[in-house]
Amino acid sequence: MFRTMTYNRQKNIIIFTFLLIPVALLLLFTYYPAAKLVFFSFTDWDGYSPEKPWVGLANYKEVFSNPDIFGVFTHNFAYFVMGLIQNVVAIYFAVILNGKLRGRNGFRLLLFLPYIMNAVAVAFMFGYVFDTTQGSLNLFLNSIGLTKLSETSWLGTSGLVNYSLASTGLWRFMGYNMVIYIASLQAIPKDIYEASKIDGANAWQTFWRITLPNMKPVIQLNLFLTVTGALEVFDLPFVLTKGGPAGASQTYVQRVVETAFAFNNYGLASAMSIILLFFVVAVVGVQQFVLSRGGNNK
Amino acid sequence: MNAKKFTLADAIKYFTLLIGVFVVLFPPYVVIVNSFKADEEFNTASTMALPKSFFNFENFKVVFERGGLLSGFGNTLIIICIALVFNILFGTMVAYVLGRFNFRMKKAVFGLYLFATVIPSITTQVATFGIIKSLGLYNTLGAPIILYIGADVIQIILYLQFIRNIPVDLDENAMVEGASLFRIYRSIIFPLLTPATATLIILKSISIYNDMYTPYLYMPKQSLGVVTTVLMRFQGINIANWNLISAAILLILLPTVVLYFFLQKYIFEGVASGAVK
Repeated sequence: MFRTMTYNRQKNIIIFTFLLIPVALLLLFTYYPAAKLVFFSFTDWDGYSPEKPWVGLANYKEVFSNPDIFGVFTHNFAYFVMGLIQNVVAIYFAVILNGKLRGRNGFRLLLFLPYIMNAVAVAFMFGYVFDTTQGSLNLFLNSIGLTKLSETSWLGTSGLVNYSLASTGLWRFMGYNMVIYIASLQAIPKDIYEASKIDGANAWQTFWRITLPNMKPVIQLNLFLTVTGALEVFDLPFVLTKGGPAGASQTYVQRVVETAFAFNNYGLASAMSIILLFFVVAVVGVQQFVLSRGGNNK
Repeated sequence: MNAKKFTLADAIKYFTLLIGVFVVLFPPYVVIVNSFKADEEFNTASTMALPKSFFNFENFKVVFERGGLLSGFGNTLIIICIALVFNILFGTMVAYVLGRFNFRMKKAVFGLYLFATVIPSITTQVATFGIIKSLGLYNTLGAPIILYIGADVIQIILYLQFIRNIPVDLDENAMVEGASLFRIYRSIIFPLLTPATATLIILKSISIYNDMYTPYLYMPKQSLGVVTTVLMRFQGINIANWNLISAAILLILLPTVVLYFFLQKYIFEGVASGAVK
């Protein structure tokens, strides 16, 4: 029956039936919750009672006026700093591994390895590495003669804990960035390099004048991913330190989750989520703007 | 490379690469050596020392017996299999429609997928939680499955790239022979997307295997543990028994690492093509 229909008819039926369930899922589990979140953010809902008292902009006012809430972002800052270092290291290794080098596939394989490891297992693995008395990091520091440094409590010192955690992120995701950078390097036409060689450019000049400018779009993309990633950090401190010591490693998303599920303040948590959403949209908006401008210059 | 001298620059390159590899392998090394140490040996020997024997599987036995790791692996496998069947089906369907037809809402549908990535998924769980509960899926394997089924924009972009490379002639020839559009999807498009599907199956399996928050939030029931939640519970009751925890960590790391070494080609392709559009 379906076969004998005109292709135009078939086309419409296919478009409708093939999109129906996937789009319904998308609306139900992504857009409907997001819309609900907007609604909750104007209420004082506790998460279980049937009535959801309307409070207008009170939740938003609270987020912006309570320095405690926005102060959490200073913890996220560590992830941003480490993310920048991660990109620099990734570009360095990508450039090296894109050249002629014995064993480069082996190095790429090993440097990417952490990315595919289970996040919770990695978190606990680093719990062991950072352990003050039994941890391998302090034992290692001690064995190379840095005894003073080897008494550090990496996860128990409030100024340090976020950098310790963020360095775990660097460990896990550097290889991922590196593989993306290698792919972008391989897309640069080889004749540009040959031409610059004929002109007598040295390795540094080639890197600054040819390699880096050609990688610009991918670097920008990765940097924006670093910013949004830093804004949305959650698993690592959630699993490893539970936000401690004394809240020093609590990230913004963790704070949202705690406000909702532990303190049953869904209204405030929703307002915090919406504000985060706006930050992310703003970052992506800037990114689109920068990228499209870069495209026009070419 | 043949007649070239080994220069200082080469030495620096190798030195930094070796530092990188050392940093990558140091934490797993510690986990591996300690997972084979019995309690007494663990307490007396140095953390960095090799174990007396690599055949001491006592810790692993404890993890399986007390940690419920077997059911954790089982649940994870069920979730991955069911979720991926639907995910691949829906992903290819959406990509077929978006890649082959022009229609009014096309841009809007793609836009919906694109904008979805901007919404921070952990924070919307506040509202998603209510939906899962009202569907009666709370504390069932259905909760993570239904949340993983939906296609994401990276997947659709990857499929669209492949569909663009399938010549439209193939579709047209099949139409001349009287094949229906559904037939074209089933017999031409879907099979020709296999390389992309292979890559996606691997990457999605790894990401589901690694996800902690969805199972943690929606399946607190003891018998519904997946690898990540089983590991969290096991760590919670064995705090500071690092030899036992190490064994658990190692067992959970092993499947994806093995998969990675065998299927690295697909993984690298997927990561590279997903990001560099």
